[in-house]
Amino acid sequence: MNDQSPIARPEFDPQAAPAPMAMLAELTHRCPLKCPYCSNPLDLARRSEELTTEEWVRVFHEAARMGVLQLHLSGGEPAARRDLPDILTGAVEAGLYSNLITSGVGLTEKTYAELVARGLDHVQLSIQGTDAETADRIGGYRGGFDAKLRVAEWIGASGVPLTVNAVMHRQNLDRLEQTIELAVRLGARRLEIAHTQYHGWAYRNRAALMPTAAQVKRAGEIAREAAVRLKNVLVIDYVTPDHLATYPKPCMGGWGRVGLNVTPTGKVLPCHAAETITALSFDNVRDRPLAEIWERGEAFTAYRGVDWMPDPCKSCDRRFKDWGGCRCQAFAWNGDAATVDPACSKAPNHAQMREAALAEGGEAHQDAFDYRVM
Amino acid sequence: MTGAAPAAEAPPIDGSARPFLPRGVRLKFCEVRKSWFLLAPERALKLDQTGVAVLQAVDGERDFDAITAHLAAAFNAPHDRIAADAGRFLAALIARRMVETA
Ligand code: SF4
Ligand code: SF4
Repeated sequence: MNDQSPIARPEFDPQAAPAPMAMLAELTHRCPLKCPYCSNPLDLARRSEELTTEEWVRVFHEAARMGVLQLHLSGGEPAARRDLPDILTGAVEAGLYSNLITSGVGLTEKTYAELVARGLDHVQLSIQGTDAETADRIGGYRGGFDAKLRVAEWIGASGVPLTVNAVMHRQNLDRLEQTIELAVRLGARRLEIAHTQYHGWAYRNRAALMPTAAQVKRAGEIAREAAVRLKNVLVIDYVTPDHLATYPKPCMGGWGRVGLNVTPTGKVLPCHAAETITALSFDNVRDRPLAEIWERGEAFTAYRGVDWMPDPCKSCDRRFKDWGGCRCQAFAWNGDAATVDPACSKAPNHAQMREAALAEGGEAHQDAFDYRVM
Repeated sequence: MTGAAPAAEAPPIDGSARPFLPRGVRLKFCEVRKSWFLLAPERALKLDQTGVAVLQAVDGERDFDAITAHLAAAFNAPHDRIAADAGRFLAALIARRMVETA
């Protein structure tokens, strides 16, 4: 096994497009839930505009030929697509490792059994809260929590590995212990604890979602303690929120390096939030081969590698490590994506970002949500 | 998505334990990269020659002793060293729930 840094190799060209590892297929934006932190764009695609079964299957084969190994079937709620089993078969035939990312709501026992029979590799089940009342309030859908418990039982019985995915924010962070317990109870092998990323609906709802600094600190302690206690039971992935870190995370493993996203209507994005960078335009799988879009498409070449970098990134020795952080966040704060991610302590407005986040999380703000709507 | 297995703190593997790849974990040869990968939930581990040989011997039938005997014969290498290497490698994967034992 090896995991050498690419820059250790002398022939390494940071501007060249590496073979992508993973593709996220947003099969639809439709979803029975209305999570206020949903990462889908504010302008949701309609059913009539969605890629057809055949189009998705063609894209999967193109992706596999480019070197994509893992496929995430996501949404919206992928179960809202009636052709989900046929879409999965396409992925299996293309040789891709398939991961279904679902809230469980709308997934029937019969459809799930179909997916298992056709070769589904992994399920990621999102939880909105640890009890029916909270979960259904946050998801904006009554009965969602109970539906999820049933789905978790089917998953357990099928032997397909389960990851529970919990998006944390001010209104549920104090229940992190219960969240971890619930993941164990649901039979998960992995728990992904992610802080809300403030793009799209979450950005609109940040006053109701931003956690306090004390909450975040406590959460980190709880996650670390649980990771040790539950060794060999549950693998816990916990990521500190951006604004409290010193350096940014390598967003998407670097722009145009590791993964790509295909939207319900076939647009190819370097990251799920990339459409918030309104200055960029995105190619569509309906117009151009996927490999060409990945290698030469405007959106991918714009921030691939290090040539786009301003100071202090371009002379920073972390540039091959974090690739300059998140372009979407830089755009949101600076109006120009080719600037330093404000999450970086070297960014001129880092202090400002941190303070804004702490202020939003600090006071008794509104708890009401602006639910996502089609 | 890629990453090396963590250093093993896990206990050594019992000779009669039968390791197997659980559902959702599988070997795959990538034609583009001309290398073997172990695919698992949210992970793709690039394998070196030893890793591939060990995992190809993990068929759910052989117990750990049979695996190391098989590898020692195949590589014409001392059994003790193979057992130590393979044990460390598999223990790290077991700790990450990418290999299970029966
Ligand atoms: S975040 Fe909530 S609303 Fe958005 S797609 Fe997922 S389950 Fe649906
Ligand atoms: S200056 Fe740029 S490259 Fe250096 S740590 Fe900050 S974001 Fe990363």
